[in-house]
Amino acid sequence: MTSPPGQVKGDGEVAGGARPENGTPLLEVRDLTVNHGQLRALDSISLRVFPGEVYAIIGANGAGKSTLLRTIAGLHRPAAGSVLLEGTDLTRQRPERRARQGIVLVPEGRRLFGSLTVEENLKVGTAYARPGPWSIEQVYETFSWMRDRRSQRTAQLSGGEQQTVAIGRALVANPRVLLLDELSLGLAPVIVQRIYGMLPQILATGLTVLLVEQDVSQALRVASHIQCLLEGRTTLEGRPADVTAEQVEAAYFGLAGVAPAGPPVEGSESLWPG
Amino acid sequence: MAWVNAIIQGVLTGGLYALFACGLSLMFGVMKVVNLAHGDLAVVAGYIAIFVITVMNVPVLWSFLIVVPVMAVLGYALQRTLIQSSLDRGVLTTLIVTFGLSVVIENGLLQFFTANSRGIGAGLPLVSESFSLGSQIQIAYLLVVIFAVAVVVLSGLQYFLSRSKYGRLIRASADDQEAVQLSGADYRHVFGICAALAFGTVALGGIAYGMYSQLSPTTGTDTILLFAFAAVVIGGLGSLWGTLLGGIVLGVAQQIGAQINISYELLAGYLVFLAVLVLRPQGLITRGAQS
Amino acid sequence: MSLTTETSARPAAGFRVTRSQRNVVWTGAAALVVVVVLAFFPYFVYSGTTSILVQAFIVLTMASMWNLLAGYAGLVSVGQQAFVGLGAYFVLILAINGISPFAALPVAAIGSGVVALPLWWLVSRLRTGYFAIATWVLAATIMLIIERFSSIGGGTGMPLPGFSGFDPTLLTAYTYWAGLAVTVVTLLVIYLILRGRLGLVLTAIRDDEVAARSSGARVGLARMLVFLVAGAGCGAAGGVLAISQLQVQPSAVFSVQWTAEMAFATIIGGLGTIEGPIIGTAVYMVLQQTLASYNAWYLIILGLVAIAIALFARRGLWGLVDSRLNVRLFPVGFWLRLDGEANGRRSRTPRPRRPAKRGA
Repeated sequence: MTSPPGQVKGDGEVAGGARPENGTPLLEVRDLTVNHGQLRALDSISLRVFPGEVYAIIGANGAGKSTLLRTIAGLHRPAAGSVLLEGTDLTRQRPERRARQGIVLVPEGRRLFGSLTVEENLKVGTAYARPGPWSIEQVYETFSWMRDRRSQRTAQLSGGEQQTVAIGRALVANPRVLLLDELSLGLAPVIVQRIYGMLPQILATGLTVLLVEQDVSQALRVASHIQCLLEGRTTLEGRPADVTAEQVEAAYFGLAGVAPAGPPVEGSESLWPG
Repeated sequence: MAWVNAIIQGVLTGGLYALFACGLSLMFGVMKVVNLAHGDLAVVAGYIAIFVITVMNVPVLWSFLIVVPVMAVLGYALQRTLIQSSLDRGVLTTLIVTFGLSVVIENGLLQFFTANSRGIGAGLPLVSESFSLGSQIQIAYLLVVIFAVAVVVLSGLQYFLSRSKYGRLIRASADDQEAVQLSGADYRHVFGICAALAFGTVALGGIAYGMYSQLSPTTGTDTILLFAFAAVVIGGLGSLWGTLLGGIVLGVAQQIGAQINISYELLAGYLVFLAVLVLRPQGLITRGAQS
Repeated sequence: MSLTTETSARPAAGFRVTRSQRNVVWTGAAALVVVVVLAFFPYFVYSGTTSILVQAFIVLTMASMWNLLAGYAGLVSVGQQAFVGLGAYFVLILAINGISPFAALPVAAIGSGVVALPLWWLVSRLRTGYFAIATWVLAATIMLIIERFSSIGGGTGMPLPGFSGFDPTLLTAYTYWAGLAVTVVTLLVIYLILRGRLGLVLTAIRDDEVAARSSGARVGLARMLVFLVAGAGCGAAGGVLAISQLQVQPSAVFSVQWTAEMAFATIIGGLGTIEGPIIGTAVYMVLQQTLASYNAWYLIILGLVAIAIALFARRGLWGLVDSRLNVRLFPVGFWLRLDGEANGRRSRTPRPRRPAKRGA
């Protein structure tokens, strides 16, 4: 049984259906190149995210995944390339403007305001929010434990609780694209699964998700589309259903000799023939 | 009994010092800016008040209605331009720029207004008169009023910081400047508002000092800046009410020193400041890296 | 899917590391000539001019010290006037007890350096902003303490004894030579420090403190030594100040204006280079002489220029020259000479980096 793209199947996994390849993507990145001093963090990266998708970026440490999200959010200025939201070029816009337009990042490491309470963190999230279904009340409905702990300082919460509050803070802004950076970092697998289990509810309200995840199997479980980065370049792109474990492994580690799911990279030479 | 008088005097002066210090505490706590021109700004406010009173004939006690907003706007402008540019370039530059600003302001005042000291509202009963408690205690009305004003200002600031949207944004920006941007807030604007608050409160302090004592171009650095810093340090960074506590401790120390020997007043205050710096350094280097 | 990796291996070229370019012989000789010419000034120059030069020497010495502190050790001290005053009072106290003020100069320097030690203990753990304020408070405290002693003039100060019977022209000449000597010694000391191991540590701190620490450099020790040397240097300058003014007044010698002057001169000239303070002092003197009749203006303009340079031309005037001409008067850097290249490549004063805007 197939579900429409981005829709939740019975067991919580997301189906990847056909993407409207000729339509305007909600979020698009074209030939993005970002340098960290002398290091090239991203080299001509492109991607397209369509409404309702869960788009996962995977890759090893240092592959450039977080840099990609942060550049989309506006925290890094690219050396070349562009970021577009529904066709509008945002590349020159400051991060706060992008947030107000609907690109909201849940940064790596949670980055909550430690001296503020749970509710105050959420209230900061509403400061420049767009109209939409999410409100502080709605967040309390979705994550019921938060209501009881709302006057507690976030510095006192556990890692998993902080991650949920961080997501809540992003949700109340009613984003169009929710960027999730390494949710699983520093959290027990059980907690991570629980958090990712919330994704369907989030998607049901009309959001689109672009996430970065180091845990490949987790990413494959929730994503409707994945892209693998290695040393700033794309090594794989496609739907989870269409790629094999070997292909993912090869793309992740940069091994040669496996037929790619997507078109071959132009002009690449094999270092290890065969 | 003279001692009791001195201590009461010291406690009340704490209110004045709190007015000096709360703006400094805000700017340092939120933006990590050590504004070496902080004291001079109080003096500038005092001079503006004098101008407003003598040239525009505004009644002395209402002068703050003009001076405080003017200084607040000046604070926002200075923050968005000069101070933000310095912050972007590092702590060293910020110190150098604010120090430069202090010297420029002082010498500018010296050049245009001469080195003479001036007072504000010298003839007013509020300023010059005091009341008695019993036979040996004499309390100046002005000091009580200043203390009351300090309490009101601190309460107002505390309320603003804890309940209002911008207050929350200010506290959030102090925690994590980058994350605040991700929530849609321009932290430069938030810092501007913080600076406006700091300049506005120190303006009140400057006017108050002009009434309590006298203002001259060098009062900013001779007196106000060091007292403000002492109050912040003694009371503990990050706490607004701490500046009142710090101000009180400073004031009492000074008055006790003065009781021992009239010329020990300033010295006593500085020694307490240094003692806190040495004995309670934890309060000063908790935020990670050492100097 | 395959991956392209590039290994760009060039054959290792032959190279040498030297301390200086060929031209250093010329600049060294030129420096010597300059000093000798300056030494002969009192013989053919008006005493008015030599007095001005004494002022320049005082500011240059102090500026070089402030440069060492802020430009190399990362210590922004707004309280160096404490040592200026201490140096002046050392000279005064010794003069009162019959020792010639000129002979007292080395004592003033060493004495100030010694006093710097407990002061360092008080402030060393403080972060940059608190450090600055603490040094200011220390200076104010020291002044208040010294004012308590009426035997050395109390709050109003007193004239410097030990000059009775001195021929005025001779006095001016001796004062001039004292100032020149202090300046030359100061620059020499700084040159030697920066050329040696301490200098390497300091340059590392200047460029990147975290990297310096993690490379094992003794950052704390280096900072302390710099603080002591700066104390001694400012003390020597204070001694010359006392001699040139023939009196010691607490409000004059302990004035924060000295820090303002040494800081601005350094910043304008170029923080983090030896040549910077020299250029900055020259600018300062020119401004002071042309605007002398306008009182506070020279400090206002100096301050504004310093702010502008701190914001827009962080390496100062010398930095602007340096990047064009690729020249160093004081050879403290390292030159890398690849075989086959006519000119070496030099270790450069790095462009100051903007700090990363990370949150807490």
